[in-house]
Amino acid sequence: MRLVDIENLSVSFAQHEGVVQAVRGLSLHVDAGESLGIVGESGSGKSVTCMAVLRLLREPPARITADRLALAGTDMRKASKRDLAQMRGRVAAMIFQDPMTAFDPVFTIGHQIIETIQAHRGTSNAVARTEAEALLARVEIKNPASILDSYPHQLSGGMLQRAMIAMALSCRPQILFADEPTTALDVTIQAQILQLIKDLQAEFGMGLIMVTHDLGVVAETVDRVVVMYGGRVMEAGPVQEIFDAPAHPYTRALLHSMPGQTAGRKRLVEIPGASPNPANPPTGCPFHPRCDQADAKCSAETPAFAAIAPARHAACWRLQ
Amino acid sequence: MTPVPASPALELRKLCKTFSLPVRNGWRTTHVDHHAVKDVSLSLPQNAILGLVGESGSGKTTTGMIAMRLTEPTSGQILVDGTDITVMDHAALKPFRRKMQVVFQDSYSALDPMMTLGQIVAEPLHIHGVGTASEQTEQALAWLQRVGLDRSYGSRYPHELSGGQRQRVAIARALILRPTVLVADEPTSALDVSVKAQIINLLLDLQAEMGLSILFISHDLSVVRSLTDKVAVMFNGRVVEHAPTEAIFTDARHPYTRSLLDAIPVLNPQLRRTRTFLSRADLAASSPRLTQGDLTSPVAAGPDPQLVSVGEDHLVEAIVT
Repeated sequence: MRLVDIENLSVSFAQHEGVVQAVRGLSLHVDAGESLGIVGESGSGKSVTCMAVLRLLREPPARITADRLALAGTDMRKASKRDLAQMRGRVAAMIFQDPMTAFDPVFTIGHQIIETIQAHRGTSNAVARTEAEALLARVEIKNPASILDSYPHQLSGGMLQRAMIAMALSCRPQILFADEPTTALDVTIQAQILQLIKDLQAEFGMGLIMVTHDLGVVAETVDRVVVMYGGRVMEAGPVQEIFDAPAHPYTRALLHSMPGQTAGRKRLVEIPGASPNPANPPTGCPFHPRCDQADAKCSAETPAFAAIAPARHAACWRLQ
Repeated sequence: MTPVPASPALELRKLCKTFSLPVRNGWRTTHVDHHAVKDVSLSLPQNAILGLVGESGSGKTTTGMIAMRLTEPTSGQILVDGTDITVMDHAALKPFRRKMQVVFQDSYSALDPMMTLGQIVAEPLHIHGVGTASEQTEQALAWLQRVGLDRSYGSRYPHELSGGQRQRVAIARALILRPTVLVADEPTSALDVSVKAQIINLLLDLQAEMGLSILFISHDLSVVRSLTDKVAVMFNGRVVEHAPTEAIFTDARHPYTRSLLDAIPVLNPQLRRTRTFLSRADLAASSPRLTQGDLTSPVAAGPDPQLVSVGEDHLVEAIVT
C-alpha cells in the first residue's frame, strides 16, 4: 500500500519581500515498511515537504498545491481539522532535529508522553503510565520510571531524542517522519540513535522518511533516496545505485565533496557558489549556476523529472 | 654549531582546569569539583594543523579557550613561540594576542550585527593600532577578497550573509593580524555539505600561504582526516591518544578512539552493519593494558593509566604492567 503518495507538490510562502517557492513540482512515494531518505542542504525544501504532507504549515502564509497529496489513502488536501488530529500520531508521527525545543520545558517527560497516549487512545492514567514506561525501556533508556518524572532540561540531547522517539511511537504510527534526528548529537550518539530507528522500523513494520543533509546517514539507514536542491528533486533511486553510480551532477558533486574518504591531508572537491535564493531562484535547472556541465539550455528550460533507468529518475538535460 | 630547533607555535604543558559546580542538596548548596581538563599536554608545531577531537563534554573547547587565555587554567603552562604566557598580565599579553586568533562555530553570534563587514574585519587592526584608518579599511577589503568575497561586501552587514559567507568573514578577521596560531573551534560544523568543503579548502590554502599553525577542534572525524597532520583524541578531560592523522585512522589503539571511528557513517550502503556500543562507563574503564615490550620508550609500571609511546609519534593512554 502507498503510505505516502505525492504528485506535483508545490509549496510557496507569501513573504514581505515576495513569494518564496520552497518546493516546486515534487513527486515521491513511500510504501508500507519502506524507508526513504530525503537529502538536501538548507533551503532545499526537504523539511517543508514533510510539513506539507502532514499539513503542519500554517495556511496562509503557506500555499500548498498538488495533483495528489495522500497519506495512507487519505487525501490530505481535503482533510478536516478533526481528520488531521486523528491521523497525526496514529498514521504518521514526526521527530525533530532539536528535542530540546520539541518538548515543553514546564512539564515532565512522563506527563507529555502520557498526554499523547491518552489523547489518542483514551486509556486510564495508570495504563498510559505503564505503557510510557515500557516505551522508554524499548528506546533503551535505562531507568524509565525516573526519566518519566524528569523535566526536559535534566536530560542530555541523546536521552531527549530517545524520549521523543518513544513519544512518536506511542500510537504505533504506520509511518515515521524523522527530520534531521541526529544532527544535534555527538557521533557516537548519532550512531546509536540511527541504529535504534532502524531496529524500531523493522520491529514495527513502519514506513520511514529520513530527512537529512548527511549522505552518511542516508547510506546507513534507508532503501531509497530522493536528492533535493532548490525546491526540486534532482535525482531519486535505490540507495545502493545512487551511491555506486550517481547520475545527476549535483549528487555526484555532493558525494565527491565529502571529506575524509581517502587518506592524507588534501584539498577537497568543492562545489563553487552558494545555494539558490528561494525568493529568486535561477531560471531553468536550479543547479545550473554551480554545475560544471551546464549550457544554455540548462539555464533556459527546466529539465523534466524523467526515468533514466528502471526505478531511477533524474532531472537533468544531460541524461535525457 | 647545530641550529636550535624552532619552538612549537603553541605548547600546552600539563594543563588542568577544574570548575566548581554547585549541587543542591535540599536547602543546602554544596560544591563539587568537575575536572574539565586533566593533565593535557599538547604541542602544535610551526606550520602544522593539529586536530583536537572528542565529544561534547570531553574538554576540547575548554582546552582551546585556555590556550588562548580566554579561560584561566587551574594549573599548567601555556607557551606561545616558546614564551610562557600563563601568568602574563593584560598589558604584557597584548602583543601575544596578535599572534593567536580564534574562529568559532557559530559565525552568527561571533559577528557584531551592528557593524559592517568592513568594520568587523578591520577591528583587530584598530585595536592593535596597526596603520592609519584608511590603510585599515583597505586591508580589510583586501582580506574580504582573499577569503573569496567581493570588496563590495565591506559595506554589508552580517545578517545579509549565508553561514558559509559569515564564516569566511570570521576567518578574515582572525587572520588579518597575521597570527602564528589559529584556534578553530568547530568552524565547519554548522555549515552545509557543499559549503563545508569550500571552508576547509580555504583554511588549507591560507595555512599553506601564511605558514600558519592551526589547532582544529572538531567532533567530525571525516573533516579532521582531510585537514590535519596530527590528531589528539580527548575523553573525559584527558588526552587518550595522540598520533599522526593516518595512524589514528588505520592503527587506533585506544578503545575510545576506535568507538569514535566506528561511529562514523560509512558512505556505502553495502557496508551497513549492526554496531555494538560501549557505555561511557565501560569506555572510561577500558584503558588498554600494555607490557614494556609494547612500548617504544620504557616507563615505570603502575596501576593508573598513563600516556605512553607505542610508535613513532604515537601516544596512547594505557596501564603499563
